[in-house]
Amino acid sequence: MLAYVARRLIQTALILLGISFVTFVLLYLVPADPARQIAGRSATAATVENIREQLGLNLPFYEQYLRYLGGLLNGDLGRSYLQKTEVSELIASRLPASLLLMVGAIFCELVLGLTMGVVAALKRGSRTDDTLMIASFVGVSAPQFVIGILLLYVFAVKLGWFPIGGYGTFAHLILPSITLGFLGAGWYSRMMRSSLIDVLRQDYIRTARATGLTRARVLFGHALPNAILPIIAMIGIDIGLFMSGIVVVESVFGWPGIGQLAWQAIQRVDIPIIMGVTLVSACAIVLGNLLADLITPLIDPRIKLR
Amino acid sequence: MSQTLAEKNTGAETPSVVMRLLRRPLALTGLIIIAVVVLAAVFAPWLAPYNPYEQFFEGLTIEGAPLPPNAQFWFGTDLVGRDLFSRLIYGAQTSLIIGVVANGIAVVIGSAVGISAGYFRGWVDTVLMRFTDLMMAFPALLLAIVLAAIFSPSLWIVAMVIAMVNWVQIARVTYTETRSIAERDFVVAERAMGAGAGRILFRHILPHLLSTIIVWATLGIATTVLLEATLSFLGIGVQPPIPSWGNIIFENQTYFTSAPWLVFIPGVAILALALAFNLVGDALRDILDPTQQGRH
Repeated sequence: MLAYVARRLIQTALILLGISFVTFVLLYLVPADPARQIAGRSATAATVENIREQLGLNLPFYEQYLRYLGGLLNGDLGRSYLQKTEVSELIASRLPASLLLMVGAIFCELVLGLTMGVVAALKRGSRTDDTLMIASFVGVSAPQFVIGILLLYVFAVKLGWFPIGGYGTFAHLILPSITLGFLGAGWYSRMMRSSLIDVLRQDYIRTARATGLTRARVLFGHALPNAILPIIAMIGIDIGLFMSGIVVVESVFGWPGIGQLAWQAIQRVDIPIIMGVTLVSACAIVLGNLLADLITPLIDPRIKLR
Repeated sequence: MSQTLAEKNTGAETPSVVMRLLRRPLALTGLIIIAVVVLAAVFAPWLAPYNPYEQFFEGLTIEGAPLPPNAQFWFGTDLVGRDLFSRLIYGAQTSLIIGVVANGIAVVIGSAVGISAGYFRGWVDTVLMRFTDLMMAFPALLLAIVLAAIFSPSLWIVAMVIAMVNWVQIARVTYTETRSIAERDFVVAERAMGAGAGRILFRHILPHLLSTIIVWATLGIATTVLLEATLSFLGIGVQPPIPSWGNIIFENQTYFTSAPWLVFIPGVAILALALAFNLVGDALRDILDPTQQGRH
């Protein structure tokens, strides 16, 4: 176990290093000249050259990368030249809102997805099953911005049950959470269905029934705990979907998280911010996967460590 | 010898796969939707009642608001008085071109990476698959946004960007399958008889991977259509005035309370096309992948 953990940690560190390299190459490729952006349009060539010197933009590629990497290790994600602020500060100030939204989304997708999956598995082959599986297909095929705008239109504009976007109270959280969780609910319902169908076929379930336990006891005491195990590992992987999703969902609902930060940066072509958010998201995804890999063997002893 | 075998196989398989697809109501629905969109895109100049770029004077109310669906403009008009129905039909071209081109490139890159890593193993495997892992760590949309910001967006650039993000999944799937096929006896025997890597790869491994690639290519089009729509919705995909279902929503979203049809009609179009490819792809997976059988 310890060797496994150590190996996964080293792998993760290497991937993080790779991420920093890819991000740097992308930054390097951006045609916009940061020195020119800082200096402004009226600056002389000498001033621009001076700033370039200060930023180390004249250094060879690998030295620039080492400087960039050194900065990252100190939590320095660069500077937004347009907003004249540290990118790390901007991200830190907006991260809590995004995390809150993700917690809401995980709750929504689990409640929706698992319920749909369990019902479909128990009523396998029935019309209910077909309907639920079509619904899950719609869930994974629906563009998030359309779902978001639809929920806003129906529940905020027409019915007036929720505020029209914004941030602050519990009511603000509900519609964006459902929108962000919608896609995941589609995946979870299908995984839960096939996982539960597999478990219900096992011998120990038949034995449990044969001992006279009620259907409910068998389902909640034996089948569900086993069927849910493979799904828990997916929550770590979900973070990847969320990191893409928050850009859309936060921009539709005016939710002040890092997704909206990225969206605003896109409009102004503020590359350092976009790169900062990308880097933070990639790290979150890698750590999410690591967490999933470390937790799964703890809760499911059948999983062999490799 | 083996070639004729492979040909016989596909020859006998093709009609039955199509027939089995047509017998599934969901897959049939998907195929019909795809056919409708393809026909709309191909025959757009004849089907569209108006020029999608023309701003009609009678397309706006006296106050300058867009018209809701009516007898003259079936799906209503947009904020500058253009016919939404015509823009949707031309938008189908955009979605399909990107869906096919971007996904085609992604499939080629992904299979090339996956198959070479799985067959050659050793350092080729290490380099290619570690790079694939690395790319998987980046959220697809954010990576696409960065790439779209670096290269200023046009139809083809958007297709390239999506391809550069979407090849990863195919690479992983073909990698796993190639590894297991490469260890099977017939490949070992062929190698023992002195066949070169090219012959083994193209005559033996590729035909075996074909069904997997077809399934993932079909599912991939759904992902591509959604990603294009999302990029266009964020304003960094296909640029107006070229109509795309995503950028129609991008242009009109601020007025969704007073002109909801401008968001929901293109929204339904995106959903329908992505859903269609998902339904067909899922049915193909059931039909072509025996390990999935019995799960339904």
